[in-house]
Amino acid sequence: MKLRIFVTLKPGVLDPQGKAIGKALQGLGFQGVNDVRQGKLIELDVADDTTDAAIDEMCRTLLANTVIENYRVERA
Amino acid sequence: MKTAVIVFPGSNCDRDIAVALERVTGTTPDMVWHAEPTLPEGLGLVAVPGGFSYGDYLRSGAMAARAPVMRAVADAAEGGLPVLGICNGFQVLTEAGMLPGALMRNAGIDFVCREVALTVEGARPPFFDRYQPGERIVLPVAHHDGNYTADDETLDRLEGEGRIALRYAEPVNGSARNIAGLLNERGNVLGMMPHPERRIEAAHGGVDGRRLFEAVFDLVSAA
Repeated sequence: MKLRIFVTLKPGVLDPQGKAIGKALQGLGFQGVNDVRQGKLIELDVADDTTDAAIDEMCRTLLANTVIENYRVERA
Repeated sequence: MKTAVIVFPGSNCDRDIAVALERVTGTTPDMVWHAEPTLPEGLGLVAVPGGFSYGDYLRSGAMAARAPVMRAVADAAEGGLPVLGICNGFQVLTEAGMLPGALMRNAGIDFVCREVALTVEGARPPFFDRYQPGERIVLPVAHHDGNYTADDETLDRLEGEGRIALRYAEPVNGSARNIAGLLNERGNVLGMMPHPERRIEAAHGGVDGRRLFEAVFDLVSAA
């Protein structure tokens, strides 16, 4: 089973990298970019019988730092 | 005085702290590999060193925080052993949940590598009882992820409990409330972004870091 885990900064947490990317887009002349937030995509290939609880545990234990990040699991 | 330095793959300040500990205590520290399940007996301090463990993969300190030895470090901290995390070590301690909050990419995304002025907030033992509360000291920083973040409730609690040990005298990296160093509730676990081990003898250009180590070992040897 293939999973895609999207890890994103929580709303309100400052994202200096996103800000820098936004400025770079502006510098390249792209108009109308209101905001940029950068996250991570982690792809996992796991056994088909892996439970939702186990996947959630992986996310909370290692893949995301829930102090600053949210995560969302998508089954491919 | 017996001390230990945790060694993670990719760390580059483990030797700096080992030399500093040897200079101050006169005893060579035990270098403890990250895969060890236990710590040596009879330690007076465990140091979690600076320097990009695991190449900062995933998040700074994230991989190191889950290394087998960190369970032993957490247990030892529970038992009251002084634990000092410097720079990446601070990131490891927050990722391990031994200190609250998180250290994010510096505001402005620059890697900051220079001397900074700091204020010692209190004279709390075991780390700061040889400094005056409010004393201004200078230590070097060298980091990309020193931007301390926690929710307002946590920050207020840390202030109220006197756990903000060190503050930048002026903004350095976007850190909330200019936090440069933080204690756990009991006060025996210290995480700090500046490098005290790089200011322990005159040849370093200053000795403001030395008293931190001297304080720890006096306290422990008197106990």
